[in-house]
Amino acid sequence: MSAVGDVRRRRIDELAARAGQVPEGEGGVSLTRSAFRRLRRNPVAILGAVIVVVFLVVAAFAPLLAPRDPLAQTLLSEIRPGFIPGSQPGFPLGVDELGRDLLSRLIVGSRQSLLIGVVSTLLGVVVGMALGVLAGAFGGWVDTVVMRFVDIILSIPSLLMAISISVLLGQNQWSLMIAIAVTQVPVFARLLRGSMLAQRGSDYVLAAQALGIRRRRIVFGHVLPNSLSPVIVQATLSLATAIIEAAALSFLGLGDPDLARPEWGAMLSNAQDFLSVRPELAIYPAVCIIVVALGFTLLGEALREALDPKFRR
Amino acid sequence: MLRFVVRRLLQLIPILLGLSVLLFAWLRALPGGPAQAALGERATPEAIARYNELFGLDQPLYVQYLRFLGRAVQLDFGNSARTGRPVTEEFLERMPGTIELTLFAMVFAIGVGIPLGYLAARRHGSWLDSTSVVGSLLGVATPVFFLAYLLRLLFAVELGWLPGSGRQEVRIDATRITNFYVLDGLLTREWDAAWDAFLHLVLPGIALGTIPLAIIVRITRASVLDVVNEDYVRTANAKGLATATVRRRHVIRNALLPVSTTIGLQTGLLLSGAVLTETVFAFGGVGSAIFDAIFARDFAVLQGFILMLAVVYVLVNLLVDISYGLLDPRVRVR
Repeated sequence: MSAVGDVRRRRIDELAARAGQVPEGEGGVSLTRSAFRRLRRNPVAILGAVIVVVFLVVAAFAPLLAPRDPLAQTLLSEIRPGFIPGSQPGFPLGVDELGRDLLSRLIVGSRQSLLIGVVSTLLGVVVGMALGVLAGAFGGWVDTVVMRFVDIILSIPSLLMAISISVLLGQNQWSLMIAIAVTQVPVFARLLRGSMLAQRGSDYVLAAQALGIRRRRIVFGHVLPNSLSPVIVQATLSLATAIIEAAALSFLGLGDPDLARPEWGAMLSNAQDFLSVRPELAIYPAVCIIVVALGFTLLGEALREALDPKFRR
Repeated sequence: MLRFVVRRLLQLIPILLGLSVLLFAWLRALPGGPAQAALGERATPEAIARYNELFGLDQPLYVQYLRFLGRAVQLDFGNSARTGRPVTEEFLERMPGTIELTLFAMVFAIGVGIPLGYLAARRHGSWLDSTSVVGSLLGVATPVFFLAYLLRLLFAVELGWLPGSGRQEVRIDATRITNFYVLDGLLTREWDAAWDAFLHLVLPGIALGTIPLAIIVRITRASVLDVVNEDYVRTANAKGLATATVRRRHVIRNALLPVSTTIGLQTGLLLSGAVLTETVFAFGGVGSAIFDAIFARDFAVLQGFILMLAVVYVLVNLLVDISYGLLDPRVRVR
C-alpha cells in the first residue's frame, strides 16, 4: 500500500469487500431479486427513479416536446441592454439574451447534458473495470503496476485532472467526456479490484477451482458478476458527479464550443453575465442540473442500501 | 510510529516520480509542443527551432525528462507566458490566499457540520433530521460556481453586507509579511486590515465549504446513528454512567473516527472547488490563476501549478494518514 489517499482507498476497498455477501436469512432468494424487492419498497429509490426516468424520457423525445426551435432568435426587438423579456404567451419561461426560447433550450439541452454524463461515466466504468479486472484477476506484478498507475491519477485533484486533459485534447464534446471519464477511472479500477480480491478466497471460487474450471471462466463467469454491485452503485452516483463536473468545465471555458447543441452547463455559465438582469436564465438550468444530480444520487444511495448487506437489519 | 511515518514518506517517491512523468508527457503532447506553447501560435519555424535548441528540446526525450525533473526538484517550472515571472514565484505569492480560503471553508464545514450531524442523529426522524438530510443531498448536487454566484449576487451585490471580490479593499494599505492577509493584519496590529481580509473570506469560504459541509453532516449523522446502537454504548448506559459521559466518551469519540477520515478526503474537493469559487470572487489565489492560465493557454503556469497542487494534495493526505494512525492504533500495524 502506498501513502497517497490511503484513507480514501481504504474506503473504496471496504465498500468493495462487502460485494456479494448474501444477507442473513435471505438465502435461497437471488441477491438481485431481493435487492430489487427492497428497492421497490424504498420511497427514496422510487423518487430517484422517477426523477431519472422523467429526465431520460424528456431527453429522448426532446425534439417533439420542445415548443420552439431552441436556436431560433425571436423577440429580438424587445431585448435591450439591461432587459431580457421574461415569461409571456408562447414563451413560458421567456427567452435568453439572444432571444432563444428558454424552455425549448432546457428541454433540448437535457440531451447533451445527460449524454455527457452517461457517456463519460460509461467510459470511466469500462476502462476502470478493465484495469480492475486485470489487477484483480492476475495479481502479482500486473496488480502492482496497474494500482501504482491508478494511485498516480488519484493523486491529482479531479477537477485539475479534467482541466489538464481537456486542455490537451482541445475543445470539443469528446474531450469533455474523456476528461470527466479519466477522473472516474481510478475509482472504478480500485473498487472492482478490491471487490474481486474479496471474492477470491470464497468457497464457490475454491469449488470452481477444484472442479478444474479454467481461470478465465472463473474470473468472467463467477467472480466478476459477483463483484459488480459496488460498481453499479458507484456508477449511478458518478452520473451525478459527471453532470456537475461537466458544468464546471463549461464554466471554466472548456466546454463544448458547438453553439448548435444547447447544454445546461454552458447555459448556466453564459447566464452569469446576465445574473443581475434576469437571474432565471441561470436558475432554470441550475435547477435542472441539481434535480438530475439529486435523482441519480438518491437512486445510487438506495441501490447501495439495497445491495449492501450491512444495511439489512 | 516513527517507522510508520518514514515508510509513508518513502512510499511518496514513486507517486511523485509518476506525477512528474505524467506532467512532462502532458506538456510534450500539447499540440505544437512546448515551443509553440511558449511562443504562441504565430511563432515562425526559425523561432521554434531556436527555442528548442535554447531549452534543449532537440535532445533525446529521456535527457529532456531528466532535465525537467532536475529543475522541478528545484521548483523551477519556467516563466509564465502571460506575466513573464517565474511560475514558482507566482505560486508562492498566491498560495497563502488559497490556504486561508480553504482553511476558512474547512472550519466552516466542520464547525457547522459536526454539531448539525450530531443533533440530526440525536433527534432522529425530527424535522431537523429530515431538513439536514435533504439539505446535505442538495449541497452535494449544486454546482459550486452557481452557489458562489448566488451568494455573491445576494449578499454582496443586492444587500451589500459583505465584499464580493478580491482579498482586501484596495484602499487599505496593509503591510505584507507572509501574504496571509489575515495573519499579516494580526502580526502588524493593523486590526482593520485583518478584519477586512477576513470579511473577504466569508462569502467565497461559505461557497467553497458547502460540499464538505454536506458530506460531513451526512457522515456524522450516519456514524452517530451507527455508534449509538453498539454494544459498548448499551454497556456504558447499563453500568449507570451519566448520559453526558456516555455521549462524550463513547458516542462522540467513536463516531468522529469516520468523520475525521472524510475531512481529509475533502482536500482534493476543496482544491478543485477553489478554482471555481476563486474565479467567481476574483479572489486572486491559486485557483483564479489556474482559470487565467486556461484562458491565456499559459501552459508553464498550468503545468507548474497542477504539479505543485498535486504535491500539496498528496502531502495533506499523508498528514491525514499519519493522524489517522495516531487516532486509531489498529492502522499502524497493517
